[in-house]
Amino acid sequence: MKNHPLLFSLSLAAATFALGTIVSTVTAADEKPAKTVVRIELPAETAAYRPGPGVQQAQASCMICHSADYVAMQPPMPRKFWEATIKKMKDKYGAPMPEDITPLVDYFTTSYGTK
Amino acid sequence: MSTTTRRNFLRGTALAVSATIATPLGLRGEETITLPFANGTRTIAKYPQKRPLIVLTARPPQLETPFPVFNESVITPNDAFFVRYHLANIPLEIDTATFRLEVKGLVETPLQLSLEDLRTKFESVEVVAVNQCSGNSRGFFQPRVGGGQLGNGAMGNARWKGVRLKDVLDKAGVKAGAKQLVCNGLDKAVLPQTPDFIKALEIDHARNGEILLAYEMNGEPLPMLNGFPLRLVVPGYFGTYWVKHLHELEIVGEPFGGFFMSTAYRIPATPGGCVEPGTVPAATIPIAKFKIRSFLTSVLDGDQLRAGAPLTLRGIAFDSGEGITEVQVSTDDGATWQRAELGKDLGRYSFREWRLPWKPTAGDHVLKCRAFNRLGESQPLEPLWNPAGYMRNVVETTRVSAA
Repeated sequence: MKNHPLLFSLSLAAATFALGTIVSTVTAADEKPAKTVVRIELPAETAAYRPGPGVQQAQASCMICHSADYVAMQPPMPRKFWEATIKKMKDKYGAPMPEDITPLVDYFTTSYGTK
Repeated sequence: MSTTTRRNFLRGTALAVSATIATPLGLRGEETITLPFANGTRTIAKYPQKRPLIVLTARPPQLETPFPVFNESVITPNDAFFVRYHLANIPLEIDTATFRLEVKGLVETPLQLSLEDLRTKFESVEVVAVNQCSGNSRGFFQPRVGGGQLGNGAMGNARWKGVRLKDVLDKAGVKAGAKQLVCNGLDKAVLPQTPDFIKALEIDHARNGEILLAYEMNGEPLPMLNGFPLRLVVPGYFGTYWVKHLHELEIVGEPFGGFFMSTAYRIPATPGGCVEPGTVPAATIPIAKFKIRSFLTSVLDGDQLRAGAPLTLRGIAFDSGEGITEVQVSTDDGATWQRAELGKDLGRYSFREWRLPWKPTAGDHVLKCRAFNRLGESQPLEPLWNPAGYMRNVVETTRVSAA
Protein backbone atom coordinates (compact mmCIF):
# COMPACT_ATOMS: atom_id res chain seq x y z
CA MET A 1 0.00 0.00 0.00
CA LYS A 2 2.93 2.31 0.55
CA ASN A 3 3.10 3.12 -3.16
CA HIS A 4 -0.49 4.24 -3.34
CA PRO A 5 -0.99 7.72 -1.94
CA LEU A 6 -4.63 7.59 -2.95
CA LEU A 7 -5.33 4.49 -0.91
CA PHE A 8 -3.39 6.00 1.93
CA SER A 9 -5.48 9.15 1.94
CA LEU A 10 -8.61 7.04 1.63
CA SER A 11 -7.66 4.96 4.60
CA LEU A 12 -7.14 8.18 6.47
CA ALA A 13 -10.60 9.25 5.49
CA ALA A 14 -11.94 5.88 6.57
CA ALA A 15 -10.17 6.19 9.88
CA THR A 16 -11.56 9.67 10.28
CA PHE A 17 -15.01 8.32 9.66
CA ALA A 18 -14.57 5.45 12.03
CA LEU A 19 -13.49 7.76 14.82
CA GLY A 20 -16.23 10.21 14.01
CA THR A 21 -13.74 13.02 14.32
CA ILE A 22 -13.75 14.93 11.12
CA VAL A 23 -11.01 17.48 11.36
CA SER A 24 -11.06 20.97 9.98
CA THR A 25 -10.07 21.51 6.38
CA VAL A 26 -8.68 24.94 7.03
CA THR A 27 -5.09 24.78 5.85
CA ALA A 28 -2.50 27.27 4.73
CA ALA A 29 -1.94 27.45 1.00
CA ASP A 30 1.39 25.69 1.13
CA GLU A 31 0.22 22.83 3.31
CA LYS A 32 -0.79 19.42 2.05
CA PRO A 33 -4.50 18.85 1.32
CA ALA A 34 -6.57 18.35 4.41
CA LYS A 35 -7.10 14.78 5.54
CA THR A 36 -10.81 15.13 5.01
CA VAL A 37 -10.41 15.47 1.26
CA VAL A 38 -10.75 12.33 -0.84
CA ARG A 39 -9.49 12.64 -4.38
CA ILE A 40 -9.12 10.30 -7.31
CA GLU A 41 -7.54 10.62 -10.73
CA LEU A 42 -8.99 8.84 -13.72
CA PRO A 43 -6.81 7.01 -16.22
CA ALA A 44 -6.22 8.67 -19.56
CA GLU A 45 -8.84 8.28 -22.24
CA THR A 46 -7.54 6.25 -25.18
CA ALA A 47 -10.42 5.68 -27.63
CA ALA A 48 -10.58 7.81 -30.79
CA TYR A 49 -13.04 8.05 -33.65
CA ARG A 50 -12.13 6.16 -36.79
CA PRO A 51 -10.74 8.27 -39.61
CA GLY A 52 -13.08 9.25 -42.42
CA PRO A 53 -14.96 12.17 -43.93
CA GLY A 54 -16.78 14.00 -41.14
CA VAL A 55 -14.59 12.77 -38.30
CA GLN A 56 -13.67 16.30 -37.29
CA GLN A 57 -17.31 17.28 -36.92
CA ALA A 58 -17.90 14.11 -34.88
CA GLN A 59 -15.03 15.02 -32.60
CA ALA A 60 -16.31 18.57 -32.19
CA SER A 61 -19.95 17.65 -31.60
CA CYS A 62 -19.69 14.45 -29.59
CA MET A 63 -16.44 14.38 -27.66
CA ILE A 64 -17.28 17.44 -25.60
CA CYS A 65 -19.55 15.25 -23.50
CA HIS A 66 -18.31 11.68 -23.86
CA SER A 67 -15.48 9.45 -25.02
CA ALA A 68 -15.43 7.82 -28.45
CA ASP A 69 -16.00 4.32 -27.05
CA TYR A 70 -19.71 5.17 -26.70
CA VAL A 71 -19.91 4.79 -30.46
CA ALA A 72 -17.53 1.91 -31.05
CA MET A 73 -19.40 -0.40 -28.67
CA GLN A 74 -22.77 -0.01 -30.41
CA PRO A 75 -23.93 -3.04 -32.38
CA PRO A 76 -23.87 -2.89 -36.17
CA MET A 77 -26.81 -0.58 -36.86
CA PRO A 78 -28.43 0.95 -39.93
CA ARG A 79 -28.49 4.62 -40.91
CA LYS A 80 -31.81 5.31 -39.21
CA PHE A 81 -30.29 4.31 -35.85
CA TRP A 82 -27.42 6.77 -36.24
CA GLU A 83 -29.78 9.47 -37.43
CA ALA A 84 -32.09 8.97 -34.44
CA THR A 85 -29.14 8.90 -32.04
CA ILE A 86 -27.63 12.11 -33.42
CA LYS A 87 -31.04 13.82 -33.26
CA LYS A 88 -31.42 12.69 -29.66
CA MET A 89 -28.00 14.06 -28.78
CA LYS A 90 -28.83 17.35 -30.46
CA ASP A 91 -32.42 17.82 -29.26
CA LYS A 92 -32.43 16.11 -25.84
CA TYR A 93 -28.84 16.51 -24.65
CA GLY A 94 -28.06 19.83 -26.32
CA ALA A 95 -24.97 18.70 -28.18
CA PRO A 96 -23.55 21.47 -30.35
CA MET A 97 -24.24 20.42 -33.92
CA PRO A 98 -24.61 22.09 -37.30
CA GLU A 99 -28.11 22.72 -38.61
CA ASP A 100 -27.62 19.99 -41.19
CA ILE A 101 -26.69 16.76 -39.44
CA THR A 102 -26.41 14.78 -42.67
CA PRO A 103 -22.58 14.79 -42.72
CA LEU A 104 -22.56 13.39 -39.17
CA VAL A 105 -25.11 10.72 -40.05
CA ASP A 106 -22.99 9.86 -43.08
CA TYR A 107 -19.85 9.60 -40.99
CA PHE A 108 -21.28 7.31 -38.31
CA THR A 109 -23.16 5.15 -40.78
CA THR A 110 -20.09 4.73 -42.96
CA SER A 111 -17.57 4.28 -40.17
CA TYR A 112 -19.61 2.29 -37.64
CA GLY A 113 -22.92 1.27 -39.20
CA THR A 114 -24.35 -1.29 -41.56
CA LYS A 115 -25.01 1.31 -44.31
CA MET B 1 -2.22 -10.83 -12.84
CA SER B 2 -0.92 -14.37 -12.70
CA THR B 3 -1.49 -16.57 -15.72
CA THR B 4 -4.11 -18.62 -13.93
CA THR B 5 -6.00 -15.64 -12.62
CA ARG B 6 -5.89 -13.99 -15.97
CA ARG B 7 -7.18 -17.07 -17.70
CA ASN B 8 -10.11 -17.29 -15.33
CA PHE B 9 -10.77 -13.61 -15.67
CA LEU B 10 -10.95 -13.75 -19.42
CA ARG B 11 -12.69 -17.06 -19.68
CA GLY B 12 -15.53 -16.21 -17.43
CA THR B 13 -16.09 -12.71 -18.58
CA ALA B 14 -16.58 -13.58 -22.17
CA LEU B 15 -19.01 -16.38 -21.31
CA ALA B 16 -18.33 -17.92 -24.68
CA VAL B 17 -14.80 -19.19 -24.82
CA SER B 18 -14.85 -19.47 -28.55
CA ALA B 19 -15.36 -15.73 -28.69
CA THR B 20 -12.62 -14.94 -26.20
CA ILE B 21 -9.56 -13.40 -27.71
CA ALA B 22 -7.07 -11.75 -25.44
CA THR B 23 -4.99 -9.52 -27.62
CA PRO B 24 -2.92 -6.61 -26.48
CA LEU B 25 -3.95 -3.62 -28.54
CA GLY B 26 -0.34 -3.13 -29.49
CA LEU B 27 0.20 0.60 -29.39
CA ARG B 28 -0.49 1.11 -25.73
CA GLY B 29 -0.25 -2.48 -24.67
CA GLU B 30 -3.83 -2.43 -23.47
CA GLU B 31 -5.45 -5.70 -22.57
CA THR B 32 -8.76 -6.42 -24.16
CA ILE B 33 -11.56 -8.89 -23.82
CA THR B 34 -14.30 -9.75 -26.26
CA LEU B 35 -17.82 -10.18 -24.92
CA PRO B 36 -19.85 -12.71 -26.92
CA PHE B 37 -21.76 -10.29 -29.16
CA ALA B 38 -20.89 -8.10 -32.16
CA ASN B 39 -18.58 -5.17 -31.31
CA GLY B 40 -18.01 -6.72 -27.90
CA THR B 41 -14.29 -5.97 -27.62
CA ARG B 42 -13.49 -3.94 -24.50
CA THR B 43 -10.31 -2.78 -22.85
CA ILE B 44 -9.55 -3.91 -19.32
CA ALA B 45 -8.21 -1.17 -17.10
CA LYS B 46 -7.58 -0.34 -13.50
CA TYR B 47 -9.45 2.63 -12.11
CA PRO B 48 -8.95 4.26 -8.70
CA GLN B 49 -10.05 1.96 -5.84
CA LYS B 50 -10.85 -0.74 -8.41
CA ARG B 51 -9.17 -3.91 -9.62
CA PRO B 52 -8.87 -4.28 -13.41
CA LEU B 53 -12.43 -4.13 -14.78
CA ILE B 54 -14.07 -4.16 -18.19
CA VAL B 55 -14.22 -0.63 -19.57
CA LEU B 56 -17.50 0.06 -21.30
CA THR B 57 -16.74 3.78 -21.64
CA ALA B 58 -13.92 5.93 -20.32
CA ARG B 59 -15.69 9.31 -20.03
CA PRO B 60 -17.83 9.21 -18.03
CA PRO B 61 -16.44 5.99 -16.58
CA GLN B 62 -18.60 2.91 -17.00
CA LEU B 63 -17.02 -0.29 -15.73
CA GLU B 64 -18.38 -3.82 -15.82
CA THR B 65 -17.57 -6.54 -13.31
CA PRO B 66 -15.83 -9.58 -14.81
CA PHE B 67 -18.24 -12.47 -14.38
CA PRO B 68 -15.92 -14.82 -12.39
CA VAL B 69 -16.13 -12.31 -9.53
CA PHE B 70 -19.65 -13.58 -8.85
CA ASN B 71 -18.22 -17.01 -8.05
CA GLU B 72 -15.70 -15.60 -5.58
CA SER B 73 -18.25 -14.65 -2.96
CA VAL B 74 -21.93 -13.83 -2.55
CA ILE B 75 -20.87 -10.32 -1.58
CA THR B 76 -19.30 -8.39 -4.45
CA PRO B 77 -16.05 -6.75 -3.33
CA ASN B 78 -15.98 -2.96 -3.54
CA ASP B 79 -13.01 -2.99 -5.90
CA ALA B 80 -14.92 -5.19 -8.35
CA PHE B 81 -18.31 -3.46 -8.11
CA PHE B 82 -19.61 -2.07 -11.41
CA VAL B 83 -19.60 1.65 -12.18
CA ARG B 84 -22.22 3.51 -14.15
CA TYR B 85 -22.41 7.24 -14.80
CA HIS B 86 -24.48 9.19 -17.29
CA LEU B 87 -22.81 12.59 -17.43
CA ALA B 88 -19.09 13.29 -17.56
CA ASN B 89 -18.76 16.12 -15.07
CA ILE B 90 -18.33 13.79 -12.12
CA PRO B 91 -16.86 14.62 -8.73
CA LEU B 92 -13.24 13.49 -8.41
CA GLU B 93 -12.66 15.24 -5.12
CA ILE B 94 -14.90 15.41 -2.07
CA ASP B 95 -14.19 17.18 1.18
CA THR B 96 -15.96 15.13 3.82
CA ALA B 97 -15.82 18.04 6.23
CA THR B 98 -17.76 20.45 4.07
CA PHE B 99 -20.05 17.99 2.28
CA ARG B 100 -23.72 18.59 3.07
CA LEU B 101 -26.95 16.79 2.27
CA GLU B 102 -29.68 19.35 1.74
CA VAL B 103 -33.30 18.45 2.47
CA LYS B 104 -35.78 20.99 1.15
CA GLY B 105 -39.10 21.58 -0.55
CA LEU B 106 -42.36 20.63 1.18
CA VAL B 107 -40.81 20.22 4.64
CA GLU B 108 -41.39 21.89 8.00
CA THR B 109 -37.66 22.32 8.60
CA PRO B 110 -35.17 22.41 5.74
CA LEU B 111 -31.97 20.59 6.69
CA GLN B 112 -28.29 20.82 5.87
CA LEU B 113 -26.77 17.60 7.17
CA SER B 114 -23.06 16.89 7.40
CA LEU B 115 -21.71 13.34 7.25
CA GLU B 116 -21.07 13.69 10.97
CA ASP B 117 -24.75 14.59 11.48
CA LEU B 118 -25.82 11.52 9.56
CA ARG B 119 -23.51 9.28 11.56
CA THR B 120 -24.37 10.65 14.97
CA LYS B 121 -27.94 11.98 14.89
CA PHE B 122 -29.70 9.06 13.23
CA GLU B 123 -29.87 5.34 13.87
CA SER B 124 -27.47 3.47 11.60
CA VAL B 125 -28.83 0.44 9.80
CA GLU B 126 -27.52 -2.16 7.37
CA VAL B 127 -28.97 -4.07 4.48
CA VAL B 128 -27.45 -6.56 2.06
CA ALA B 129 -28.87 -5.62 -1.31
CA VAL B 130 -28.25 -6.17 -4.98
CA ASN B 131 -27.71 -3.17 -7.19
CA GLN B 132 -28.27 -3.89 -10.86
CA CYS B 133 -28.13 -1.59 -13.83
CA SER B 134 -31.39 -1.38 -15.79
CA GLY B 135 -29.41 -2.26 -18.91
CA ASN B 136 -27.46 -5.17 -17.44
CA SER B 137 -27.11 -7.82 -20.20
CA ARG B 138 -28.25 -5.40 -22.93
CA GLY B 139 -25.63 -6.77 -25.32
CA PHE B 140 -27.54 -10.06 -25.49
CA PHE B 141 -30.78 -8.51 -26.80
CA GLN B 142 -31.95 -9.77 -30.17
CA PRO B 143 -32.64 -7.75 -32.16
CA ARG B 144 -29.83 -5.63 -30.75
CA VAL B 145 -30.70 -2.23 -29.27
CA GLY B 146 -28.64 0.91 -28.77
CA GLY B 147 -27.21 1.92 -25.40
CA GLY B 148 -24.50 0.61 -23.10
CA GLN B 149 -23.62 -2.81 -24.50
CA LEU B 150 -23.19 -4.70 -21.25
CA GLY B 151 -22.63 -8.37 -20.57
CA ASN B 152 -23.98 -9.76 -17.31
CA GLY B 153 -21.59 -7.85 -15.06
CA ALA B 154 -23.50 -4.64 -14.33
CA MET B 155 -24.78 -6.01 -11.04
CA GLY B 156 -23.37 -6.49 -7.57
CA ASN B 157 -24.36 -7.40 -4.03
CA ALA B 158 -23.09 -5.39 -1.08
CA ARG B 159 -23.72 -4.81 2.60
CA TRP B 160 -24.80 -1.18 2.74
CA LYS B 161 -24.70 0.84 5.93
CA GLY B 162 -26.26 4.20 6.47
CA VAL B 163 -29.38 5.85 7.81
CA ARG B 164 -32.99 5.41 6.84
CA LEU B 165 -34.24 7.93 4.31
CA LYS B 166 -37.49 7.84 6.28
CA ASP B 167 -35.75 9.04 9.44
CA VAL B 168 -34.16 11.97 7.63
CA LEU B 169 -37.47 12.93 6.02
CA ASP B 170 -39.23 12.64 9.37
CA LYS B 171 -36.63 14.91 10.92
CA ALA B 172 -37.36 17.51 8.24
CA GLY B 173 -41.10 16.95 8.62
CA VAL B 174 -42.89 16.16 5.38
CA LYS B 175 -45.75 18.57 4.70
CA ALA B 176 -49.18 17.64 3.43
CA GLY B 177 -49.43 17.50 -0.33
CA ALA B 178 -46.06 15.81 -0.78
CA LYS B 179 -46.06 13.74 -3.92
CA GLN B 180 -42.50 12.78 -4.80
CA LEU B 181 -38.97 12.98 -3.49
CA VAL B 182 -36.53 14.40 -6.02
CA CYS B 183 -32.96 13.13 -5.57
CA ASN B 184 -29.88 14.77 -7.02
CA GLY B 185 -26.18 13.94 -6.81
CA LEU B 186 -23.01 15.92 -7.43
CA ASP B 187 -22.45 14.42 -10.87
CA LYS B 188 -23.33 16.96 -13.54
CA ALA B 189 -23.46 17.42 -17.26
CA VAL B 190 -20.61 18.96 -19.19
CA LEU B 191 -22.89 21.44 -20.96
CA PRO B 192 -25.45 23.61 -19.15
CA GLN B 193 -28.19 22.69 -21.64
CA THR B 194 -27.86 18.95 -20.97
CA PRO B 195 -30.45 17.65 -18.49
CA ASP B 196 -28.97 16.86 -15.08
CA PHE B 197 -29.22 13.28 -13.83
CA ILE B 198 -32.01 13.59 -11.27
CA LYS B 199 -34.39 10.85 -10.11
CA ALA B 200 -37.70 10.86 -8.26
CA LEU B 201 -39.31 8.40 -5.88
CA GLU B 202 -42.98 8.31 -4.95
CA ILE B 203 -43.25 9.82 -1.47
CA ASP B 204 -44.75 6.65 0.05
CA HIS B 205 -41.88 4.62 -1.36
CA ALA B 206 -39.38 7.16 -0.03
CA ARG B 207 -40.92 6.84 3.44
CA ASN B 208 -41.29 3.05 3.58
CA GLY B 209 -38.28 2.66 5.86
CA GLU B 210 -36.30 0.40 3.52
CA ILE B 211 -34.40 3.00 1.54
CA LEU B 212 -31.02 4.00 2.94
CA LEU B 213 -28.73 6.96 2.63
CA ALA B 214 -25.61 4.80 2.62
CA TYR B 215 -22.14 5.98 3.59
CA GLU B 216 -20.57 2.54 3.86
CA MET B 217 -20.32 -0.39 1.52
CA ASN B 218 -19.00 -3.72 2.80
CA GLY B 219 -17.62 -2.05 5.91
CA GLU B 220 -15.73 0.73 4.15
CA PRO B 221 -16.55 4.18 2.83
CA LEU B 222 -18.09 3.98 -0.62
CA PRO B 223 -15.53 3.97 -3.42
CA MET B 224 -15.59 7.37 -5.12
CA LEU B 225 -16.89 5.84 -8.35
CA ASN B 226 -19.73 4.15 -6.48
CA GLY B 227 -21.03 7.41 -5.05
CA PHE B 228 -18.74 8.57 -2.23
CA PRO B 229 -19.56 9.87 0.29
CA LEU B 230 -23.30 9.13 0.23
CA ARG B 231 -25.66 7.33 -2.08
CA LEU B 232 -29.23 6.19 -2.14
CA VAL B 233 -29.78 2.47 -1.66
CA VAL B 234 -33.19 1.52 -3.01
CA PRO B 235 -33.50 -2.22 -2.36
CA GLY B 236 -35.19 -4.21 -5.11
CA TYR B 237 -35.15 -1.30 -7.54
CA PHE B 238 -32.90 -0.84 -10.54
CA GLY B 239 -29.66 1.09 -10.08
CA THR B 240 -30.96 4.19 -11.84
CA TYR B 241 -32.64 5.18 -8.55
CA TRP B 242 -29.52 4.63 -6.45
CA VAL B 243 -28.35 8.23 -6.86
CA LYS B 244 -24.62 8.61 -6.22
CA HIS B 245 -22.85 11.49 -4.44
CA LEU B 246 -26.32 12.33 -3.12
CA HIS B 247 -26.46 15.93 -1.94
CA GLU B 248 -29.97 17.19 -2.52
CA LEU B 249 -33.40 15.86 -1.54
CA GLU B 250 -36.41 17.93 -2.48
CA ILE B 251 -40.00 17.05 -1.67
CA VAL B 252 -42.35 18.21 -4.38
CA GLY B 253 -46.13 18.37 -4.73
CA GLU B 254 -46.28 17.45 -8.42
CA PRO B 255 -44.76 14.58 -10.35
CA PHE B 256 -41.18 15.47 -11.26
CA GLY B 257 -40.82 15.85 -15.02
CA GLY B 258 -37.04 15.66 -15.50
CA PHE B 259 -35.53 13.96 -18.53
CA PHE B 260 -34.29 10.88 -16.67
CA MET B 261 -37.80 10.17 -15.37
CA SER B 262 -40.09 11.33 -18.16
CA THR B 263 -38.05 10.39 -21.25
CA ALA B 264 -35.25 8.04 -20.25
CA TYR B 265 -35.51 4.88 -18.16
CA ARG B 266 -38.99 4.03 -19.41
CA ILE B 267 -40.33 0.54 -20.03
CA PRO B 268 -43.40 -0.54 -22.01
CA ALA B 269 -46.62 -0.21 -19.99
CA THR B 270 -47.39 -3.87 -20.63
CA PRO B 271 -47.43 -6.93 -18.38
CA GLY B 272 -43.78 -7.93 -18.09
CA GLY B 273 -42.63 -4.61 -19.55
CA CYS B 274 -42.02 -6.17 -22.93
CA VAL B 275 -43.24 -5.85 -26.51
CA GLU B 276 -42.88 -7.93 -29.67
CA PRO B 277 -39.19 -7.75 -30.64
CA GLY B 278 -38.54 -4.80 -32.92
CA THR B 279 -41.79 -2.99 -32.16
CA VAL B 280 -42.54 0.29 -30.37
CA PRO B 281 -44.68 0.27 -27.21
CA ALA B 282 -47.94 2.26 -27.24
CA ALA B 283 -47.28 3.67 -23.77
CA THR B 284 -44.42 3.63 -21.30
CA ILE B 285 -43.88 3.94 -17.54
CA PRO B 286 -40.75 4.54 -15.44
CA ILE B 287 -38.67 1.43 -14.82
CA ALA B 288 -38.99 0.21 -11.24
CA LYS B 289 -38.24 -3.18 -9.66
CA PHE B 290 -35.89 -5.99 -10.62
CA LYS B 291 -37.19 -9.07 -12.31
CA ILE B 292 -36.17 -12.41 -10.85
CA ARG B 293 -32.84 -13.77 -12.19
CA SER B 294 -30.40 -16.60 -11.58
CA PHE B 295 -26.91 -17.39 -12.83
CA LEU B 296 -24.59 -20.37 -12.83
CA THR B 297 -21.20 -19.07 -11.69
CA SER B 298 -19.00 -22.11 -10.96
CA VAL B 299 -19.07 -23.47 -14.49
CA LEU B 300 -18.94 -21.12 -17.44
CA ASP B 301 -19.88 -21.37 -21.06
CA GLY B 302 -17.32 -23.35 -23.04
CA ASP B 303 -15.73 -25.04 -20.02
CA GLN B 304 -14.12 -28.44 -20.58
CA LEU B 305 -14.93 -30.75 -17.68
CA ARG B 306 -13.64 -34.17 -16.66
CA ALA B 307 -16.14 -36.91 -17.39
CA GLY B 308 -17.11 -38.90 -14.32
CA ALA B 309 -15.55 -36.41 -11.89
CA PRO B 310 -18.05 -35.11 -9.34
CA LEU B 311 -18.33 -31.34 -9.03
CA THR B 312 -20.66 -28.78 -7.51
CA LEU B 313 -22.71 -26.52 -9.71
CA ARG B 314 -23.03 -23.23 -7.87
CA GLY B 315 -24.57 -19.91 -8.59
CA ILE B 316 -26.65 -16.97 -7.43
CA ALA B 317 -30.29 -15.93 -7.62
CA PHE B 318 -32.11 -12.73 -6.70
CA ASP B 319 -35.37 -10.90 -7.19
CA SER B 320 -36.88 -7.58 -6.13
CA GLY B 321 -37.19 -8.62 -2.51
CA GLU B 322 -40.08 -11.05 -2.48
CA GLY B 323 -37.48 -13.64 -1.55
CA ILE B 324 -35.99 -16.56 -3.45
CA THR B 325 -37.68 -19.81 -2.46
CA GLU B 326 -36.28 -22.26 -4.98
CA VAL B 327 -33.67 -22.67 -7.68
CA GLN B 328 -33.92 -25.45 -10.23
CA VAL B 329 -31.11 -26.69 -12.43
CA SER B 330 -31.27 -28.65 -15.65
CA THR B 331 -28.26 -30.53 -17.02
CA ASP B 332 -30.14 -31.78 -20.07
CA ASP B 333 -31.16 -28.60 -21.90
CA GLY B 334 -34.34 -28.12 -19.91
CA ALA B 335 -35.80 -31.61 -20.30
CA THR B 336 -35.66 -32.29 -16.57
CA TRP B 337 -35.03 -30.01 -13.58
CA GLN B 338 -33.51 -30.70 -10.17
CA ARG B 339 -33.90 -28.62 -7.07
CA ALA B 340 -30.69 -26.96 -5.89
CA GLU B 341 -29.80 -26.45 -2.25
CA LEU B 342 -30.04 -22.81 -1.20
CA GLY B 343 -27.17 -21.18 0.68
CA LYS B 344 -27.25 -18.81 3.63
CA ASP B 345 -30.05 -16.24 3.59
CA LEU B 346 -28.44 -12.80 3.83
CA GLY B 347 -31.78 -11.06 3.47
CA ARG B 348 -34.44 -10.89 0.83
CA TYR B 349 -32.66 -8.22 -1.22
CA SER B 350 -29.37 -10.13 -1.39
CA PHE B 351 -27.94 -12.59 -3.89
CA ARG B 352 -28.92 -16.07 -2.69
CA GLU B 353 -26.32 -18.72 -3.26
CA TRP B 354 -27.39 -22.12 -4.60
CA ARG B 355 -25.57 -25.44 -5.09
CA LEU B 356 -26.16 -28.75 -6.79
CA PRO B 357 -23.77 -31.72 -6.98
CA TRP B 358 -23.29 -33.06 -10.51
CA LYS B 359 -21.19 -35.72 -12.21
CA PRO B 360 -20.93 -35.03 -15.94
CA THR B 361 -20.88 -37.96 -18.34
CA ALA B 362 -18.70 -37.80 -21.43
CA GLY B 363 -20.09 -35.53 -24.12
CA ASP B 364 -21.70 -32.12 -24.51
CA HIS B 365 -24.07 -30.75 -21.88
CA VAL B 366 -26.47 -27.82 -21.88
CA LEU B 367 -26.97 -26.44 -18.37
CA LYS B 368 -29.79 -24.12 -17.32
CA CYS B 369 -30.92 -22.61 -14.03
CA ARG B 370 -34.12 -20.88 -13.01
CA ALA B 371 -35.23 -19.26 -9.78
CA PHE B 372 -38.63 -18.99 -8.12
CA ASN B 373 -39.74 -16.50 -5.50
CA ARG B 374 -42.37 -16.31 -2.79
CA LEU B 375 -44.95 -15.11 -5.32
CA GLY B 376 -44.26 -18.11 -7.55
CA GLU B 377 -42.65 -15.89 -10.17
CA SER B 378 -39.90 -17.39 -12.29
CA GLN B 379 -37.88 -16.66 -15.41
CA PRO B 380 -38.92 -17.03 -19.05
CA LEU B 381 -37.28 -19.73 -21.17
CA GLU B 382 -37.25 -17.36 -24.14
CA PRO B 383 -35.98 -13.79 -23.71
CA LEU B 384 -38.42 -10.91 -23.43
CA TRP B 385 -37.68 -7.76 -25.42
CA ASN B 386 -38.11 -4.00 -25.06
CA PRO B 387 -36.62 -1.17 -27.13
CA ALA B 388 -34.29 0.14 -24.40
CA GLY B 389 -32.80 -3.26 -23.57
CA TYR B 390 -33.83 -3.25 -19.92
CA MET B 391 -34.70 -5.96 -17.37
CA ARG B 392 -33.33 -9.02 -19.14
CA ASN B 393 -34.11 -12.13 -17.08
CA VAL B 394 -34.22 -15.07 -19.45
CA VAL B 395 -33.23 -18.51 -18.12
CA GLU B 396 -29.47 -18.56 -18.73
CA THR B 397 -27.88 -21.36 -20.73
CA THR B 398 -24.34 -22.65 -20.22
CA ARG B 399 -22.81 -25.09 -22.71
CA VAL B 400 -20.00 -27.33 -21.51
CA SER B 401 -18.41 -30.58 -22.57
CA ALA B 402 -16.85 -33.39 -20.58
CA ALA B 403 -14.19 -35.88 -21.66
